[in-house]
Amino acid sequence: MAAVLESLLREEVSVAAAVRWIARSAQSSEDDPGEAAALSSLRPLRKEFVPFLLNFLREQSSRVLPQGPPTPAKAPGSSAALPGRPGGPPRGGRGARSQLFPPTESSSAAAAEAPSARRGGRRRGPGPGRERGGRGPGGLEEGVGGESQLWPGGRRSRGSGSPGSPSLVRSDPPNLSNLEEFPPVGSVPPGPAGRTKPSRRINPTPVSEERSLSKPKTCFTSPPINCVPSSQPSVPDTSPWGHGLPPGCRSLQEEREMLRKERSKQLQQSPSTTCATSELGPPLPSWTGNLTAESADPARVSSRQRLELIALVYSSCIAENLVPNLFLELFFVLQLLTARRMVATKDGDLEPSPGAPVQVLEHQFQVLSYLDKGTLKLLAENERLLCFSPALQGRLRAAYEGSVAKVSLAMPPSAQAVSFQPETDNRANFSSDRAFHTFKKQRDVFFEVLREWEDRHEEPGWDFEKGLGSRIRAMMGQLSAACSHSHFVRLFQKQLLQMCQSPGGTGGTVLGEAPDVLSMLGADKLGRLRRLQERLVAPQSSGGPCPPPTFPGCQGFFRDFILSASSFQFNQHLMDSLSLKIRELNSLALPQPEPSDEDGESDVDWQGERRQFAMVLLSLRLLAKFLGFVAFLPYRGPEPPPTRELQDSILALRSQVPPALDVRALLQQGLRARRAVLTVPWLVEFLSLADHIVPLLDYYRSIFTVLLHLHRSLVLSKESEGEMCFLNKLLLLAVLGWLFQIPTVPEDLFFLEEGQLDALEVDTVASELGLDGMPVVDQHLLYTCCPYIGELRKLLASWVSGSSGRSGGFVRKITPTTTTGLGAQPPRTSQGLQAQLAQAFFHNQPPSLRRTVEFVAERIGSNCVKHIKATLVADLVSQAESLLQEQLVTQGQDGGDPAQLLEILCSQLCPHGAQALTQGREFCQKKSPGAVRALLPEETPAAVLSSAENIAVGLATEKACTWLSANITALIRREVKAAVSRTLRAQGPEAAARGERRGCSRACEHHAPLPSHLISEIKDVLSLAVGPRDPEEGVSPDHLEQLLGQLGQTLQCRQFLCPPAEQHLAKCSVDLASLLVADHIPVLGPPSPRGLERGQARRLLHVLLSLWKDDFQVPVPLQLLLSPRNVGLLADTRPREWDLLLFLLRELVEKGLMGRTEIEDCLGSLRDAQWPKDFSEELATLFHLFLAEPHRPEPQLRACELVQTNRGTVLAQS
Amino acid sequence: MILTKAQYDEIAQCLVSVPPTRQSLRKLKQRFPSQSQATLLSIFSQEYQKHIKRTHAKHHTSEAIESYYQRYLNGVGRNGAAPVLLELANEVDYAPSLMARIILERFLQEHEETPPSKSVINSMLRDPSQIPDGVLANQVYQCIVNDCCYGPLVDCIKHAIGHEHEVLLRDMLLEKNLSFLDEDQLRAKGYDKTPDFILQVPVAVEGHIIHWIESKASFGDECSHQAYLHDQFWSYWNRFGPGLVIYWYGFIQELDCNRERGILLKACFPTDIVTLCHSVA
Repeated sequence: MAAVLESLLREEVSVAAAVRWIARSAQSSEDDPGEAAALSSLRPLRKEFVPFLLNFLREQSSRVLPQGPPTPAKAPGSSAALPGRPGGPPRGGRGARSQLFPPTESSSAAAAEAPSARRGGRRRGPGPGRERGGRGPGGLEEGVGGESQLWPGGRRSRGSGSPGSPSLVRSDPPNLSNLEEFPPVGSVPPGPAGRTKPSRRINPTPVSEERSLSKPKTCFTSPPINCVPSSQPSVPDTSPWGHGLPPGCRSLQEEREMLRKERSKQLQQSPSTTCATSELGPPLPSWTGNLTAESADPARVSSRQRLELIALVYSSCIAENLVPNLFLELFFVLQLLTARRMVATKDGDLEPSPGAPVQVLEHQFQVLSYLDKGTLKLLAENERLLCFSPALQGRLRAAYEGSVAKVSLAMPPSAQAVSFQPETDNRANFSSDRAFHTFKKQRDVFFEVLREWEDRHEEPGWDFEKGLGSRIRAMMGQLSAACSHSHFVRLFQKQLLQMCQSPGGTGGTVLGEAPDVLSMLGADKLGRLRRLQERLVAPQSSGGPCPPPTFPGCQGFFRDFILSASSFQFNQHLMDSLSLKIRELNSLALPQPEPSDEDGESDVDWQGERRQFAMVLLSLRLLAKFLGFVAFLPYRGPEPPPTRELQDSILALRSQVPPALDVRALLQQGLRARRAVLTVPWLVEFLSLADHIVPLLDYYRSIFTVLLHLHRSLVLSKESEGEMCFLNKLLLLAVLGWLFQIPTVPEDLFFLEEGQLDALEVDTVASELGLDGMPVVDQHLLYTCCPYIGELRKLLASWVSGSSGRSGGFVRKITPTTTTGLGAQPPRTSQGLQAQLAQAFFHNQPPSLRRTVEFVAERIGSNCVKHIKATLVADLVSQAESLLQEQLVTQGQDGGDPAQLLEILCSQLCPHGAQALTQGREFCQKKSPGAVRALLPEETPAAVLSSAENIAVGLATEKACTWLSANITALIRREVKAAVSRTLRAQGPEAAARGERRGCSRACEHHAPLPSHLISEIKDVLSLAVGPRDPEEGVSPDHLEQLLGQLGQTLQCRQFLCPPAEQHLAKCSVDLASLLVADHIPVLGPPSPRGLERGQARRLLHVLLSLWKDDFQVPVPLQLLLSPRNVGLLADTRPREWDLLLFLLRELVEKGLMGRTEIEDCLGSLRDAQWPKDFSEELATLFHLFLAEPHRPEPQLRACELVQTNRGTVLAQS
Repeated sequence: MILTKAQYDEIAQCLVSVPPTRQSLRKLKQRFPSQSQATLLSIFSQEYQKHIKRTHAKHHTSEAIESYYQRYLNGVGRNGAAPVLLELANEVDYAPSLMARIILERFLQEHEETPPSKSVINSMLRDPSQIPDGVLANQVYQCIVNDCCYGPLVDCIKHAIGHEHEVLLRDMLLEKNLSFLDEDQLRAKGYDKTPDFILQVPVAVEGHIIHWIESKASFGDECSHQAYLHDQFWSYWNRFGPGLVIYWYGFIQELDCNRERGILLKACFPTDIVTLCHSVA
């Protein structure tokens, strides 16, 4: 590196050429031959440059940032575990330590030496520190000749360079033993976000003397933070899949000690190092530092120039995507900008210098200008920035003022259940009643579990597995049939999408509409707000700029559910279903290029396009993440395999397993169709959950290679025809950068040999401007997909609020505001020339036209099927019913075997299904044009309109007829089957009793007393009559009359009457009649202690008779009047009076309510009962009387008369 | 009639060990004149049912049954017209209808060759005329007409009340021009769980979205509400989203705590209904 910089400084090589040189292995035509010559000698070092530069910058800055927010990663150390192909050639040169200055023998020797070190089986290198070139104490620090510091404070001499000097530091020195502020590696910050895996970024780099394959990679390091070894044993389970990473670091102090030793050794061994430095001139100031050393600098190159040069090279590397993670570098730069220690007391002649961070920011202005409005505001208000570069500040302010990219705070959606859809969820979709009812219960258990999780998962000490595990497994245990599994998986997946997908939302809280809390409060209130927030919610761990993959919020529920269910079948079905849905969404037709029509109308359209794109993208990411989770679940472990042999055997095994989803093919398709902006983000989600072996497998390795290539190609500054839109690129850079930092992705994968990259040129269909060229990504989507970009803002905000920045200030949640289902778009089915013509037709029309036509076709096609069901099929079903009735009449009640009946009917009816196609065509022909016309703008040209209509008709017809021709027979069969079982059931005994029912008259206002009230009232009368009762209790005759009147009203108004109630009313009325006949109703008041007047009783019986005859619509159990029990009531009364019974019997016959013979039968059977002798005799007399006489009014007929008068007399009287 | 938990407890306190008779009910109404009769009856009935559920087992041991049967036999042996069975039930603090069932079952076991089926017993309880023994038939009938918490008549009344309120609710929905699918239509479509009404177009009540309405012609106490939540309301929510439950006879105020979650309680048909506007005038 030093050599390169030297060339630059000597102006032998331009920065552009150097960066070109770094970026490409081959010479470029732009290169000046002289430059090429200067650089070609350095070729072995080329790949070392960027990692070295990054590590150098981190190392330099580490003094300034001891207590900053989560620190950006360092570039990988060059000797870190290689993802090399097993058996492949070792990667040479990595171990070489590049030196910033001078290109002497020592550096080239080191470069030459490295391969051998590597070949040595990655065991101990030539000396401690050798293994990690980037961390090596090359000539630099020696050259500087003191503690290099990133920012002010350079004045301090080496001896007084205590970084925590209170006079220089505004905030308190970090308390390293405070576990909360400096969590030990692998420990979990408290709070809901605690289930995250510590990523390598907070691992201090251990320079271990013994570094085996099994050691976790820790190449990206933090500033020197002491590991707290005592806390390491209690590393909780923090990874997304439930295994903590083993603590991977040694004490940094120890490490520093090693470095120091190494340094002094080198000083002794290679004097040329220092020599060369002095030759070059003054010690290099800190690259970001002030220029205090300058005055002592007699050399031709000033420190300032060097600083600017480094900043320029660094910026160029960022711009050319030579760094793995753009946002990480921005974060790093902002960290430097906001570092506490930079607020140094003005010390004598110390002038604020145009710090390198600001210079880098200037170079990255374009990216910054695309950040959200809040970040822009904080940047624009940053006083340091203003101080160092008023110009940049001005540009940022302008960008802030012009920005509409507000990313809103939104509430997480509360759970909404997946709705029941009869088409997929009703009984017909299940193999048996049992399966149907089991699934019914499972749905309820699932949501019960979900609700419980919602209520309790934030409670301290609550554990998913303990709380819900057994219930989940019990439920899964019931899913025996494969069909049930697929039902459950569908429910699971839909619920997952509904709860966790975070769409751009509908209306309300999308971009720039919701009030921005930060800007409303202003910076000065931030601290207060933050404290408030901290009190309200558990301190949120922000996860830093490179958080490991997590399952935030509701996703945690689904992950834990999968883990707790631990069901192989479920996982398999889930993978199948997720893969299918991913394929479906990934190939969804999304907006096509809009003609360059920038008026408001197309803007409105674009909002819709963006929203749809965002929904599809976010759904895909979610599904892919879960697919990755489930697919790699069996292989996932906390560590890579411990030995090479084991790794090789695992690789041999794994390379045979076909991927759960052919993501490589999908990626290639995506690139070819210029849909990387859709495909890559979900692919990244999928890969982020891969295990350690995956990147080593040929299949996935090739995917990574393609992704690397893509990453390199996404140069933000390139803006030409056919290029990807800026925010699209930014999104891809962000997700890819993030992926390259995932612990399971080999750290040096990014710095792969270019030879491979160049070989993988993807040929895109250049003529077509795919999704990549559409402005489909906005800031809201960017921040939703990459919440870690928000860390920039947190960093700035926490500086403003004066917080220690430990928790990164505010946690800005970008969460979905609504959950809306994905409108599935129809797959393109048309083929041939017509289809091509149709495509061509849409090509030059606004995308909304195409959507409209497709939408209409889809709906009309679907409606057509429904219509056929409701007309043709329904007709056939009613034919089936009448045929069945005939069958039943001819064959007797049971009609024969239902299965056979069904066959007969179907063979007669199914042929009629052929009409469905004709009718379907007619339907689509009739309905589609109107719908298209209604949905398209009035001004649509007639020709366009009619073409659109015709296409819609064609598509709708195709859809409907395809479905109908495949399914109509089965549909008819199913409906007829249901009708047959319905009809057969209706033949049952109860059906006859139902009969015809009348409603109430048209004029009825439904004011009649309620049946329940009447039953209750009559029950009271009955209970009074039966007793026991208090002496003062009784019924007034008026009340009885009123009651019967009400009964009549109720029976006439049938509004509230249901058959069971009417039946009970009928029975109660019979009981009441029996009590009247037996004179058992206790009458209120003293005058008539004996009971009702006979006349009154007779009147009441008359009313009852007429109710029975005219008003009851259910059969009245009149035979009960002659049941032994009711007749027996007469036995208890003295003197017995039979006249009312005889009267009643005659009236019953008279009114046709009972037949004579029926009554005779009842009376006959009464004789069989056990009665007192006198009662039997009286009964016999009554019987004879009834038999002998036609009806005649009998005012009084007493028992005495029955007995005393002989039969002749009675007869004569009658 | 929405009661606070404290008000409810006060009423429930008065119902301990009160037999489910006409007379008890009358006294209760005198004690709480401000409460509606229907609410009181509903609370009474539910409290009594809880009591019976708790003590059910002890009345069904074979010793208990034997002892009841002997006491019954002795009683009717002395005087068949006396309310032997009813008094026995009140004495041992058990529902008269249920006591009648115990004795009837025991009686039939003794007199029939095969043990009586449930449906035969039910049928005899509905129509005691079918009971072969006249004295027992009268005793059973007396128990049934005097029991205001159990028995076929009470069941029918409850069923009728439920039905009437559904009809009432349907009328109100029609009157408000809210289109809906009722239980029967839903069942015909193959829904596995069916609230009384699903609104075809959701409305908002007091700011809460309502997709379905369930009518409950009873008082919503803790016990029944929990059971309903588990068996019905959450199941509806699981399928159709948030909804409204109308407890026509009131409920305990504190139970209306799931509004935000999607289950709203009311004691009457809501007046504040916001519907979707199709066009802004």
